[in-house]
Amino acid sequence: MPARVQTEDFDVGHELAALRNCDPSIGAVAAFVGTVRDVNADASVSSMTLEHYPGMTEKALETIVADAKARWRIVEALVIHRVGALHPADQIVLVACTSAHRGDAFAACEFIMDYLKTRAPFWKKEETPEGARWVDARASDDEAAARWHAASKPLGKV
Amino acid sequence: MRDSLGTAVSLVYLARLREAFGAASERIEAPPHVNTVGALRAWLAARGGAWATELAPGRAVRVAVNHDLAGADTPISPGDEIAIFPPVTGG
Repeated sequence: MPARVQTEDFDVGHELAALRNCDPSIGAVAAFVGTVRDVNADASVSSMTLEHYPGMTEKALETIVADAKARWRIVEALVIHRVGALHPADQIVLVACTSAHRGDAFAACEFIMDYLKTRAPFWKKEETPEGARWVDARASDDEAAARWHAASKPLGKV
Repeated sequence: MRDSLGTAVSLVYLARLREAFGAASERIEAPPHVNTVGALRAWLAARGGAWATELAPGRAVRVAVNHDLAGADTPISPGDEIAIFPPVTGG
């Protein structure tokens, strides 16, 4: 399965070794890890809860990975996204891509993250000194996704 | 002979909208004229209160039909699961 949603932490080295699978056709492995910061929008964050939409989440991630594979020459791609209670410095998400060459691996990795940020059904709720608040989506994330010029599919905006 | 009752669909509310609406889900019979996602949004907004506030034109709302992101023109059909949620914030 190229996409996993789980509460448990992940081991990046272990996951990359499994993804590479000793395949000698692979010349490049690109990986991104997203982690929890302790400050967001001028407030300190003591903890965060990641909510998702069971049933759609894995499907959305797999669709994004399939989109990446259609655009670049990727041997394999992996997305792991955690849900539930997380704390500053925790790992949230891993995106990794293997390819013969680094251009495709880097591009696919960044594309998957940009699409995940705007299309995958996750929502963050932060605990701050002022209380709990839902994180707002950022216009910069929409702009990053728009770079990839694939607005032909509905984005869910109504 | 009775007219059709409308389109039976399941609605799912997520994240901040679940809190605002006070419900995680509901089953509704949409009247015949409510045959697209856009029409459904307007029909729900007409309930007033939090519905009118959160689903007002210009408010950023996202919709998925049967787990696929949808647009205002996406049709709705009997048995559909329609999820309404704020812009996503994963990653």
